[in-house]
Amino acid sequence: MIFVTVGTQDPFDRLVRPVDAWCARHPDVPVVGQVIDPGPEGHRPRHFEWTSYMAPAVYRDTFARAKLIVGHAGMGSIITAMDLQKPIIVMPRRAALREQRNDHQYATAMRLGDRPGVYVALDEADLTARLDEALKTGFAMGGGAITPFAEDRLIAALRAEIHR
Amino acid sequence: MASTRRVLAIASTGGHWVQLRRLRPAWDGCPVMYATTDAGHREEVMRDAAARGQPVPRFRTVREANRWQKWRLIRQFLGVLWLLVTFRPHVIVTTGAAPGFFAVFAGHYLGMRTVWIDSVANGEELSLSGKRAGRFATLWLTQWESLSTPDGPRFAGTVL
Repeated sequence: MIFVTVGTQDPFDRLVRPVDAWCARHPDVPVVGQVIDPGPEGHRPRHFEWTSYMAPAVYRDTFARAKLIVGHAGMGSIITAMDLQKPIIVMPRRAALREQRNDHQYATAMRLGDRPGVYVALDEADLTARLDEALKTGFAMGGGAITPFAEDRLIAALRAEIHR
Repeated sequence: MASTRRVLAIASTGGHWVQLRRLRPAWDGCPVMYATTDAGHREEVMRDAAARGQPVPRFRTVREANRWQKWRLIRQFLGVLWLLVTFRPHVIVTTGAAPGFFAVFAGHYLGMRTVWIDSVANGEELSLSGKRAGRFATLWLTQWESLSTPDGPRFAGTVL
């Protein structure tokens, strides 16, 4: 199963539309989406099952069952993917397209795109190509494992402040 | 290692919350209250505390609000203020966004220690709330060394 997630705030048509088109061509691949409702003007997925909101437990469970994550380049999606050792294709929201206030998702994608299991798609064609590739490899795309906690030195700095 | 230092760990749901949770060994042994904007996080907080042999945490929710929703933001601020007044934390730790800013802001005036850790997502410039939090936080951190300055924010590592 592929899990599509665009975060808790805004719709993301530029990601949802190509995924939906891809699903139309691959009806045998199960895809589940947590996709903010785009309203009447936006693109409502017709070829995969989706919901606007997932309770945290459902989100985590869906994430854990997925073979591949397709998400916006939000830290929640990326850290959770690394934590659960899932490959993730991220598409950053862009300021120029009014998908975000500034280009921090683009910066995040550029900085974390070299981590094992993290793949960056900058546009629709890129995303479609990544999905085709993923299907071809049977979703064997690695998945970055990280420790369950923040860096020791950051935790030490916080602990010092707490017990000051 | 039991402590009597009360810690309020607060962040809105999503990426901010995921980052906050990765910091939790910092307040091991302390009486902690978690606050976020989605009640569904209660279960994971309780399950994890039990699994890690930690004191039973408190868990509270505050109203979700984005920066365009003035009335909801006011309600959220009052909710955060209520938590500060009733729990009286010694230390507030937040990774953002709005509820964390409100906690740091109000906590400053209530004489509490306040920690702002700007999201690792902000590698080019601090978040808006992160910039504003600087003058109220007793510990003001960025997760990107390139954004640290002698006058703050400081860099002390990342959640990754």
